[in-house]
Amino acid sequence: MRNAVKRYGDFTALQEISLSIYDNEFFTLLGPSGCGKTTLLRMIAGFEDVSEGAIFLFDDEIETLPPNKRPVNTVFQNYALFPHMTVTENVSFGLEMLGKSKAEARARAADMLELVQLTQFAGRKPSQLSGGQQQRVALARALAPQPKVLLLDEPLSALDLKLRQAMRFELKEIQRETGITFIFVTHDQEEALTMSDRIAVMSAGELQQLGEAKEIYERPRNMFVADFIGETNLLEVSVDKIAKGRAACHLGGGHELTCNEVEGVGVGANVHLSIRPERLFLSETATEAESLKGTIRDNIFIGTDIQTLVQLDDGPQMMVRTSNSDRGNKRIFDAGRPAFVNMEQGAARLLVD
Amino acid sequence: MAAGAASGGSSQSDTYKEARGWLLLPAWAVLGVFVLAPVLMMLVYSFLTKEFRGGVIWEFSLGAYDQFFCNRGLFGDEPCSIEWTYINIFWRSIWQAGAATILSLVIGFPTAYFIATRPEKIRPLWVFMITIPYWVNLLIRTVSMKFMLRDQGPLNDFLISTGLIDSPIHIINTNFAVQLGLFYSYLPFMVLPIYASVERYNFNLSEAAADLYASKWVTARRILLPAVKPGVIAGCVLVFVPSLGSFLAPDLLGGAKNFMIGSLIEEQFKGNAGNWPFGAAASMVLLTMVLILLVVFARQQARAEKAQ
Amino acid sequence: MSTRKYDIKSLPGFLPITILCLVVLYAPLVVVTLYSFNDSTSITIWEGVSLRWYADVFNGPESTKFKIAAWNSFSIAIIAATCATTIATLAATAMIRGGRFRLRTVSFGLISLPLMVPEIVTAVATLIFFNSIGFTRGYTTILVAHIAFCIPFAYMPISARMQGIEDTYEQAALDLYASKRQAFTKILLPLMMPGIISGFLLAFIISLDDFIITNFVKGAGVETLPTAIFGSVKQGIKPNIMAISTMLLALSVLMVTISYFVSKKDNTK
Repeated sequence: MRNAVKRYGDFTALQEISLSIYDNEFFTLLGPSGCGKTTLLRMIAGFEDVSEGAIFLFDDEIETLPPNKRPVNTVFQNYALFPHMTVTENVSFGLEMLGKSKAEARARAADMLELVQLTQFAGRKPSQLSGGQQQRVALARALAPQPKVLLLDEPLSALDLKLRQAMRFELKEIQRETGITFIFVTHDQEEALTMSDRIAVMSAGELQQLGEAKEIYERPRNMFVADFIGETNLLEVSVDKIAKGRAACHLGGGHELTCNEVEGVGVGANVHLSIRPERLFLSETATEAESLKGTIRDNIFIGTDIQTLVQLDDGPQMMVRTSNSDRGNKRIFDAGRPAFVNMEQGAARLLVD
Repeated sequence: MAAGAASGGSSQSDTYKEARGWLLLPAWAVLGVFVLAPVLMMLVYSFLTKEFRGGVIWEFSLGAYDQFFCNRGLFGDEPCSIEWTYINIFWRSIWQAGAATILSLVIGFPTAYFIATRPEKIRPLWVFMITIPYWVNLLIRTVSMKFMLRDQGPLNDFLISTGLIDSPIHIINTNFAVQLGLFYSYLPFMVLPIYASVERYNFNLSEAAADLYASKWVTARRILLPAVKPGVIAGCVLVFVPSLGSFLAPDLLGGAKNFMIGSLIEEQFKGNAGNWPFGAAASMVLLTMVLILLVVFARQQARAEKAQ
Repeated sequence: MSTRKYDIKSLPGFLPITILCLVVLYAPLVVVTLYSFNDSTSITIWEGVSLRWYADVFNGPESTKFKIAAWNSFSIAIIAATCATTIATLAATAMIRGGRFRLRTVSFGLISLPLMVPEIVTAVATLIFFNSIGFTRGYTTILVAHIAFCIPFAYMPISARMQGIEDTYEQAALDLYASKRQAFTKILLPLMMPGIISGFLLAFIISLDDFIITNFVKGAGVETLPTAIFGSVKQGIKPNIMAISTMLLALSVLMVTISYFVSKKDNTK
């Protein structure tokens, strides 16, 4: 079951991008402002021209079609609910434009409102609804005509935190229930990680990495992805030797370590190494794991965790995150003490810059 | 196919760009045929020969402009020396329009400033009150003014009854009456731009000046005034230009002695004594003056906007 | 002793001048209204309150003339305002939602042309135009001239209103399978309605009130209310004139008030 959205570039905002989105998938475009994710979304919707390339929807080429001829609907960032129409009239709009009878459209609109739990607001005008309610009406309106793909342009960004978290769950539920492919745009990586089947990370008009949430988090491909998603330690290393799937590197100050080989990084390469702070643990003496020697600079208590800054001998500074539990607290040492920073198996990741 | 500029939504877009030719066609047709073409035709007429009982003979002649600018003596056969009659009329019109503008400025600026410094909720009400008279038919307003100012009119009655004067002041048919009439006609055009400028003015600047020992008047003169200058200039232009070509105020309030451009032109097209090409020529002179003024004004505005 | 707050904004003497300004603006109108109720044939002597001059307007010797003139004025105003508003709405749609095109600035200049040209020049030019094509002056010439110069007046509120409406609504409509015509009629037009109504009212008043252009292009046989009033005033101000003036005054105030309330109702909020 493939719903291929394969496309190339539009010179000003997007470089060449080629990707496929699967049917029934909750797919997210993630990236900072200006990375081109919204442009890409609008291209799929039909509001931006594609200067080069093609967009396919189940084998149909659609990039030459105007937006009102594509079986694709959008939930806009500011909802764009028609202010002079009631909620029901808004939701039934798409169906009426498709030629359905008013009765049929209204019936379907009622179903949709039930799906988003807004049936009692059917007769209200948008200005009488709260932000969260407006967002759900926008969702119902876009779902009513049963599009093949639903596009969502940062729909949760205008909501406050608690509401946003509740809506994330609801959106996921609705996607599962309706089975429609969702293409979701956001700059919030927590949102992307919690909701998506797959994520496409974008920056400066280019696709940086495409994959499932866990994969992107634990095996980032390059520095941008490693840095944009979560927190990480970035160490500059040189690769000395590669054998049996393992790479031996050294970094400034004479420290050496080995990690898994990564495709694209060869002997002699000067690249960055990414290690998530929660995959490190401290010890007083060297252990069997990969260890780096340094001095504790500071311990910062942030509630759930303790962040420890360690200055490696003649080397860069690293951050270690230890959970604020009984076991964790046994591994905290005072500032000024010498200590070893140890890596869990597979934690270090070479980055293809 | 592509629609919308920014993804955040803007008001300027190209949603209907395919249809724009058809959408603009009616406007172009009506305005082109009934405003643009007439003005061009007027230019043509100013170069034609006058017909005895009004209208024109289609024969090229510089007679109209000649009559306007040249004095060829009693029998019309002397070489061209400057004809001052009509130029004087234009000059007086400029003078009257200028006086009316100054009057509007003197009364209008404090009014605009006052309204703009009222609490925000009341301001629209004040603006509303200032502009209501403008919505009343100009003819009726001018007639009302005429009624007020007559020798036996209510104004004089009032002044006599309160003992301020002994015998009626003769206001009607004077220069001042005309200026008053022009002021009355176009005052809102002075008030509104100044009001807009003052409203946008940041009074924190005045507070900073006061903090640095400036008196209120000095602050007004050196800080406020330069900031609201664009509004003041706009107001002056908006009063001056219509006043220049106005007809009703000079005709009803000024009488025969206060002949202005409007009356001069109107006379050329009335009945049998008219001289159409001459009227057309005079209109062209007026139009040229106004257009030059507007172009200068527009350039000034553009420069001011760039500076901000 | 009371302390007064230092009001940075108030300048001395400005309040009295404002009051003076309002007095000067309203006095003539108030006076005329008062005198229209004067029970006397002379306009100078006050003889008590009466509605006789209003009755005279409707039934007196000149009433036929005024009734015809009023009919002309109102019918022309309604037709002209309707046409001008329609043309202005279409033009504004092209200007604001039609993208950038080369003739855009020129179009805007053309639309504003009647505002920039002194009214008397427009009057002369229009007269000359009709004369040159041999078109007899009369009701039609007045109507046509009015449509033309009402267009910019209708255009301004419509354009202002449209510029306040974001285009996301139309995008949403297109996304939901509306054709461009449907997006225009079902979404843009309803949202613009307050502006269109304001434009219509403004054009209506401008047409009703017009004197100079009408006077020039009307020819001998036709009168509108302003030209009839003017002709009558030339022979001296009579009380029935004041009655008519007061009625027109009331009409103007009514129109302004309607326009004010219509513009306050912002149905995109």
